[in-house]
Amino acid sequence: MNIIEAKNLTKKFKDFTAVNNVSFQVQRGEIFAFLGPNGAGKSTTIKMLTTLLLPTSGEITVVGSNPIVEQDKVRKSFGIVFQDPSLDDELTTYENMEYHGVLYRVPKELRIKRIEELLKFVELWERKDDLVKTFSGGMKRRLEIARGLLHHPKVLFLDEPTLGLDPQTRNHIWSYIGRLNKEEGMTIFFTTHYMEEAEKIANTVAIIDHGKIIVQGSPAELKTKTGTNTLEEAFLKFTGTVIREEEAGSADQMRMRHRLWTKK
Amino acid sequence: MNIIYILWLRQLKRYFRSKARIIGSLAQPLLFLVALGFGFGPIFQKAGGGNYMEFLAPGIISMSILFTAIFAGIEVIWDKQFGFLKETLVAPVSRVQIMFGRTLGGATVATLQGLIVFILSVLIGFEPISLVAVPLSILFMFMIALIFTALGTAIASALDDMQGFQLIMNFLVMPLFFLSGALFPLSGLPPIIKTVASIDPLSYGVDSLRGALTGVYHFGFFLDFAILGALIVIFIWLGSYMFRRIQI
Repeated sequence: MNIIEAKNLTKKFKDFTAVNNVSFQVQRGEIFAFLGPNGAGKSTTIKMLTTLLLPTSGEITVVGSNPIVEQDKVRKSFGIVFQDPSLDDELTTYENMEYHGVLYRVPKELRIKRIEELLKFVELWERKDDLVKTFSGGMKRRLEIARGLLHHPKVLFLDEPTLGLDPQTRNHIWSYIGRLNKEEGMTIFFTTHYMEEAEKIANTVAIIDHGKIIVQGSPAELKTKTGTNTLEEAFLKFTGTVIREEEAGSADQMRMRHRLWTKK
Repeated sequence: MNIIYILWLRQLKRYFRSKARIIGSLAQPLLFLVALGFGFGPIFQKAGGGNYMEFLAPGIISMSILFTAIFAGIEVIWDKQFGFLKETLVAPVSRVQIMFGRTLGGATVATLQGLIVFILSVLIGFEPISLVAVPLSILFMFMIALIFTALGTAIASALDDMQGFQLIMNFLVMPLFFLSGALFPLSGLPPIIKTVASIDPLSYGVDSLRGALTGVYHFGFFLDFAILGALIVIFIWLGSYMFRRIQI
């Protein structure tokens, strides 16, 4: 049974086609890795699946609903950890969780119970009253994961959840995610640039490049197809070795400046 | 209701946690009150305008509300840049509700700021006609705050970064303030300035506040109230419309 379906999905920005006629399916309960070089269309696809962007054309279904017309239904059904931090730095850990819980209409008693459970799960309960701006990148990520789970989503989207984190934290985060998938049967849809992560954890891998899906299959199938030993080699066979240029928008520049200012 | 409350609460928490910002934003109105109030006082008196501090204080209160409110609206850009807006936009809540909660929060903050400036001005010599005037003036402060928070939100929704911020300050916020009658009486002005002042929304805000606090209206209570009310509806509609169109 498919929990996410995309059929001939296309997104154009003026004269640039970010996602070009893409089709794929994600099965309920699987861990799905969406891989591709910079600027391949990964984040754009996630934004369309999560109601942040309207597709130019094509059909999508997320947990049985259409993100274009049944936005609220879809929004309730998924959790997301964005590529860039999306916490309010001026609020505490607990307040960030509470804000999310209220927006998702989680009843008060349940909310209090779950916030405690989740913060303990990501080992941030002791820091619940600290302002998020005092946190390291890894702690922020863990908090974002906890927050994304607060309303018990059916699907968890993770856009490069381990970017810029040390191996310890990365390991930690993947073990949480693995547990969620096993114990709760939660479907995981993630992107990453660390191929060994995808190889280790994903059931299915789809590779997208220049806005098109090149191949989809299990890591083993992809390796067999290309006659390579690792997913990274297979990935390079499929996408070539040319380095991609990604234009930094003004938002990225601003974030860089913010990071410089707030560096301790 | 709960949702609007939590959005409102977030704006207030952010305000009370940035003590430096509160103190920093009080320096300017205080400087204006002292330098202009005492500096121009004698000339104003000689020209037959009466006590300048009485005239100026409501204008400076309006100024600090205008600035705080526009900033509160512009914060949407900040949230856009630092990602928090995405968290709000993927939540199963209508955009209009989000805009409404934020705007109420921003307007509350701006009203508080106005109240602090009011107290400061009383401390340095401003005398409102009576204490009964205070509740009415708070209502007017909140109305001014709503208008300009919604305007700030509308502008911020259309912008991607703070690059255009100077432009907005110099071509919108400063003219709104300087041409509003906050600093000078609107009677006996050259026709051009008079026309500009009468289409400046802040003119009605300043006038309503001055009327409430000192008993002297230029446009009159009912006209001020009606225009401020209409502007609230228009700008909240505009703000919601622009906010709904945000795509990230």
